[in-house]
Amino acid sequence: MSTDVTNPPATESEPGALRAVADHVRGYFARVRSGEVGALPAVTGIVALCVFFGAADPVFLSVGNLANLFGQGAAVTCIAMGLVFVLVIGEIDLSAGYASGVCAALMAVVLTDLGMPWPVGIGVAVAAGVAIGLLLGVIVVKLGIPSFVVTLAAFLAFQGVVLIILKEGTNISIGNETVKAIAGGNLERWQGWALLVVTVGAYAALQLSRWRRRAGRGLVHDPLAVVCARIAALGALLTATVFLLNLERSANPQLVSLTGVPVVVVLLGALFVTGSFVLHRTRFGRHLYAVGGNPEAALRAGVAVDRVRIAAFVICSAMAAVGGIVAASRAASVDPNTGGSNVLLLSVGAAVIGGASLFGGKGSVRAALLGGAVVAIINNGMGLMGLSAGVRFGVTGAVLLLAAGVDAMSRGRGALFGRH
Amino acid sequence: MLLELSRVSKSFGPVEVLSEVDLAIDAGEVCALVGDNGAGKSTLVKCIAGIHAVDGGEIAVDGAPRDISGPRDAAALGIEVVYQDLALCDNLDIVENMFLGREKLHGVVLDDDAMEQLAAETLDGLAVRTIRNLRQNVASLSGGQRQTVAIAKAVLWNSRLVILDEPTAALGVAQTRQVLELIRRLADQGLAVLYISHNLNDVFAVADRIAALYLGRMAAVLDAADTTQSQVVELITSGRSGDLGLTEPNGARP
Repeated sequence: MSTDVTNPPATESEPGALRAVADHVRGYFARVRSGEVGALPAVTGIVALCVFFGAADPVFLSVGNLANLFGQGAAVTCIAMGLVFVLVIGEIDLSAGYASGVCAALMAVVLTDLGMPWPVGIGVAVAAGVAIGLLLGVIVVKLGIPSFVVTLAAFLAFQGVVLIILKEGTNISIGNETVKAIAGGNLERWQGWALLVVTVGAYAALQLSRWRRRAGRGLVHDPLAVVCARIAALGALLTATVFLLNLERSANPQLVSLTGVPVVVVLLGALFVTGSFVLHRTRFGRHLYAVGGNPEAALRAGVAVDRVRIAAFVICSAMAAVGGIVAASRAASVDPNTGGSNVLLLSVGAAVIGGASLFGGKGSVRAALLGGAVVAIINNGMGLMGLSAGVRFGVTGAVLLLAAGVDAMSRGRGALFGRH
Repeated sequence: MLLELSRVSKSFGPVEVLSEVDLAIDAGEVCALVGDNGAGKSTLVKCIAGIHAVDGGEIAVDGAPRDISGPRDAAALGIEVVYQDLALCDNLDIVENMFLGREKLHGVVLDDDAMEQLAAETLDGLAVRTIRNLRQNVASLSGGQRQTVAIAKAVLWNSRLVILDEPTAALGVAQTRQVLELIRRLADQGLAVLYISHNLNDVFAVADRIAALYLGRMAAVLDAADTTQSQVVELITSGRSGDLGLTEPNGARP
């Protein structure tokens, strides 16, 4: 319990700047050893899976497949991002999958059957998500029924609601080009580059101003070299991604050209930035972690625990609605299976694989993003290898179990909870 | 007097838990509150903290009677309670715990730097040397360090009376000493401290005055310097010791 994560003293032979960096690296490894593994397992998993599938079938590493991966994983990742908010407060939402189906079905009805414009359709879907979350949250918080039971009931009920909205199982197609572009569209090449410059520039400005502020106040701060390395790493990663996605990936370029960053990447990026900001930089986010860590302490400290918990359910279901919109956009239709079958379980799996804890108090939007990538890569890679759906389910289950094992083990290693 | 209770009574249904309790605490002193299980110590604390409303008598702060009807009222009067079962969140770091519920904001954004600086200053002011990294999770702290954080949290808010409910109950010898030294420093800095404990060694180590509750009644309030441990034990167990304490045995009214 008394694990001290401060850095061990550096040897005298190292010059100042180098020593600061060495201290930083040592501190990181000390944290990992003490159980704060952070994004390490998920990132290691992604790299290992890419190497494995790339070796098994070179098509996996093709540019076309890279773009595919984003589309395949987007819906599950959106739902997982929402689930993180509920997992952080130590609850679970088993109905998020079918909630996304209900919202998608409502959108399809509004767009296709009623012929309304796309902002109305998307607005109705998100509003339905908010309403669903409010209902679930109020039932869990005010009636005190465990969220597991409430959302299990909702899981069954929403399955029925989807069937009713879709008139016992018809398939509603979506013709609206704007909605279809969410999962199917690509940015122009220059838009991708512009977005890259803006993103890396904003990140650099934030990191450097934070470094200057903390150094100026005499607070503990990361060495400048580490800050710069982080900015450079993000810049390199995003530049490589934009470069690859801007290559021609059409099988028949004379017939139809296919280039540019998929729109869905921008959507995921925006949700990631917004979600991370809410979780880590606002009072509400701080209170979410407090409620997940020790609700009694949060209550005594004056946190409006009930309101915070209801808000977490609202965010989860609203994000599920976004996931439903993405899924409907990708399929260009909604059927009774939208958001059904394994969508919920893959989403929970993604959040946990990324590092969110089912015991509460721990998780981040980044976890959902990384875990979503792992889940998408497994499905995509094994599909390319021609393995059956049965094998894919089995392997995904094994990976989820492995991730939960890492979580349980890191809890046993002293630091009971890590936040990131 | 900073805090003055006069003839405070509290009943739960037919059970009278506190009966006409008088107690006064001044700034700069540590007043220990002792008593056997069920003597009413916790109830008295909860009345001062605004968790229970009193049935009779009055609570005065700075000589003026106050109506403390909730923890927020108590906090506004500068009264902070450090509970026995450590109200800290394991998954938050020290700064985050100290400011929980009262975060400093910069617009809608948390002002983490300002909070960290204030936390560091508060711990420095209390001469806390046992905590180096303010950004470590509370889960990684020892029991004594956790108690230190909980006490520092109470001091952060310009509090004037800090109530400590058995702060050393779960601590080892060295850690208990750390916490007792910290309690002494609080009083030396001009705060009033109400210190509840079962351990008479700790009480005599730190208290200026000792208030002994017996079956819901204040048996005696004594200067620690003029009192022996055996007198306090008798007051706790029978409500009287020689010519000290309640005039009638078993706390019956004279």
